[in-house]
Amino acid sequence: MRYNARVEVRLRPGIADPEGATIERALPALGFDGIATVRSGRCFNVELDAADLEAARSTAAALADRLLANPVIEESVIEVTPL
Amino acid sequence: MGAVVGVVVFPGTNCEHDAVLALERLGAEARLVFHTETSLAGLDALILPGGFAHGDYLRPGALARFSPIMEAVSGFAADGGPVVGICNGFQVLCEAHLLPGALQKNKGLTFLCQRATLEVVSTRSVLTREASVGQRLEVPINHFSGSYTCSIDTLRELRDQDRIVLRYVDNPNGSIDDIAGISNETGNVVGLMPHPERASDTLLGSADGVVLLESLLSAATAAAV
Repeated sequence: MRYNARVEVRLRPGIADPEGATIERALPALGFDGIATVRSGRCFNVELDAADLEAARSTAAALADRLLANPVIEESVIEVTPL
Repeated sequence: MGAVVGVVVFPGTNCEHDAVLALERLGAEARLVFHTETSLAGLDALILPGGFAHGDYLRPGALARFSPIMEAVSGFAADGGPVVGICNGFQVLCEAHLLPGALQKNKGLTFLCQRATLEVVSTRSVLTREASVGQRLEVPINHFSGSYTCSIDTLRELRDQDRIVLRYVDNPNGSIDDIAGISNETGNVVGLMPHPERASDTLLGSADGVVLLESLLSAATAAAV
């Protein structure tokens, strides 16, 4: 089976995010009211073959942990869907 | 015979020749080591120079960590060999877990290319053994992701074990505790964001980096014996 793993990598809570903070300050200047917070991050879509959903999840978690995210400053959120 | 220093070259590294030249002018022998090599035989010290290893894709240093040479670098470091990561090399050492913590985007989100005043905090590292505590050095910085960060526990360890090697006098990038360079527990692996090789001659505006390079060479000579 082929799956798509969507891996969102974002800074851990408490880690300074100057990019998010800059966007947060810019939005009201563009006329957007009610902006509370902005945190930046990035998203990877990895298509992979695996025996089942659980195996695909486990591979995605491993590659997120080993390469896509730096656990010192980042955390990842993974969503796996069959293709 | 004098010490031989290996200067590791990843695709995208761009400060390797500056490092070689600075070392040679101090009388050392320096040799470029390509990232696909797997042996560091005959080398007494290593420099991981600045640049953009593997395009800095994903995160600076994240892909360089998987280059074939890195296994040998880890072994060399574990055996007590002197290893210094400059700028991008510092980022590579952090990603390879040879040093703790990580380097984030600069606080002001600007690429910084300027002179920085550093203060020597510890002289137990291979990069500062010939310097004195409190000595001030003018050394340029040239980076976008140079803001050192780590957990509070790691910071406490770095302080308690005398592993903060250099601090900025006027913190340019938001680094935690003004950190410009740190070492591992045994002091033989050091990472710093400033470029000592670019401060190796008064013609370049400063020769304050010489004491750092000479420290590395004296550590390399000691290791060679």
